[in-house]
Amino acid sequence: MKTHVTCSVNGDPVEFLVDDSQTLLSALRDELKLTGVKEGCGTGDCGACSVLLNGELTCSCLVFAPEVQNSQVVTVEGLADPDNLHPLQAAFLEGAALQCGICTPGFLVAAKALLDRNPTPNEKEVRYAIAGNLCRCTGYDKIVRSILDVAADLASESETVGE
Amino acid sequence: MPYVAPSTIDEACDFLRSNPGSRVFAGATDILPQSKAGRRLPEFLVDLKRIPRLTGLNVDDKLWRIGASTPAAHLTRDSRLSGEFPGLVEAAGLIGSDQIQTRASLGGNLCNASPAADTGPSLVVNEFSAVIASPEGERTVPVTAITTGPGQTSLTNDEFIVEFLADRPAAGTSDAYQRFTPRTEMDIAVVGAGARVSVGPTGEVTNADLVLGAVAPTTVPIVGISDALVGRSLDEPGLERAADLAKEQIEPISDKRGTRDFRIHIAGVLTKRVLRTAAERAGAES
Ligand SMILES: Cc1cc2nc3c(=O)[nH]c(=O)nc-3n(C[C@H](O)[C@H](O)[C@H](O)COP(=O)(O)OP(=O)(O)OC[C@H]3O[C@@H](n4cnc5c(N)ncnc54)[C@H](O)[C@@H]3O)c2cc1C
Ligand code: FES
Ligand code: FES
Repeated sequence: MKTHVTCSVNGDPVEFLVDDSQTLLSALRDELKLTGVKEGCGTGDCGACSVLLNGELTCSCLVFAPEVQNSQVVTVEGLADPDNLHPLQAAFLEGAALQCGICTPGFLVAAKALLDRNPTPNEKEVRYAIAGNLCRCTGYDKIVRSILDVAADLASESETVGE
Repeated sequence: MPYVAPSTIDEACDFLRSNPGSRVFAGATDILPQSKAGRRLPEFLVDLKRIPRLTGLNVDDKLWRIGASTPAAHLTRDSRLSGEFPGLVEAAGLIGSDQIQTRASLGGNLCNASPAADTGPSLVVNEFSAVIASPEGERTVPVTAITTGPGQTSLTNDEFIVEFLADRPAAGTSDAYQRFTPRTEMDIAVVGAGARVSVGPTGEVTNADLVLGAVAPTTVPIVGISDALVGRSLDEPGLERAADLAKEQIEPISDKRGTRDFRIHIAGVLTKRVLRTAAERAGAES
């Protein structure tokens, strides 16, 4: 059976037709051609498919596409604005926090979910927040440093605003 | 495999009754990986998350109600629940990653019926009951009546859990959950241990219960824990006796995560730690 799904993706209203057994991951990649979201394992272990579903960090490989009826989805494509990279993206580039890059969209979305909820995480909190994301290349350290750099920038910005 | 999302309990019951090939689900964090591994998806997938009573937390003077499909993340973010059932919330917070916890539910954890399910020991030790909806109406049973073996429950295909209920803990009572896993995160319990301890005004133990997971087909309530600890402060001989009781009463298997002997050893270690933590939370002198 097919379902006609209406929802918002990266702030834009979208509609698509999916098979009921299709995952959100497959709907994003195959129907909407948003190929930033990656498939690593398909079973919730690697986090490459991470998206925000109604603001909550979720593995899109573990969501049935018809579930997102009337929901809001944010993928890595929704992070940057037309002129500027998102600060996390800029920090990952600056800090060499990616090599092959397949894990990067998932890490960026997970890091955004963390900073949305806790703008001043310590290293332990960062490491727990990305525990659901696997990277076979970087050894994680540069990813953790880059997220902490953005958090530090956010903290100093809010100090300046506060003055 | 059509997907349906009823918005009321009655609608869900009607659908389940007229479509016997249906299966309810909440977070899909068990059913989707299982279907990837080759298990067939059911004829109809019935999403329970659009039924309001299944996805909320509620407390009155006496009783906690936890909707069966509430995501674990809502449990870990609720400071009142964490205050009154710190062990249950600890268990929910150990399920997978943040990505998993925004979806994983207590109903799914219990009904997937993995012997290693992390919330099982805490639900049992805190004497939670489950409200079950069926085409005949609702009934309430202790959670121990639900899982009958690995992957098996006593529910029929047209039944589902609506919510979990427990009395609010009395003053001087608290709980704890601890598990052993080879890795700190994203791993499955080799042994899981849930404890609930009550202490009197002078810090002596007045009641203690212990339930172990991953050491038998279903959770194992350990008999005699209160006798070993009541009337004492938390001394080492009392805890040793509790650990011996735990080790005698379990029947673990050997598998890739650990041998039988290793599980028995770990059960003893966790028994002491988790009882101590629960007792300290309840107000015992450490
Ligand atoms: C990467 C990863 C890591 C994980 N780590 C852990 C872990 O550390 N500890 C752990 O315990 N589990 C873990 N799990 C397993 C899983 O996340 C949990 O068991 C979770 O609680 C299942 O809940 P759910 O709502 O997603 O279940 P679903 O997949 O939606 O359902 C699971 C089963 O329960 C039934 N069911 C669901 N709700 C009800 C209901 N209300 N009434 C009757 N039947 C119902 C379904 O029919 C199905 O058979 C992990 C899973 C993944 C993918
Ligand atoms: S593809 Fe979804 S977690 Fe790996
Ligand atoms: S950069 Fe290659 S997997 Fe992370």
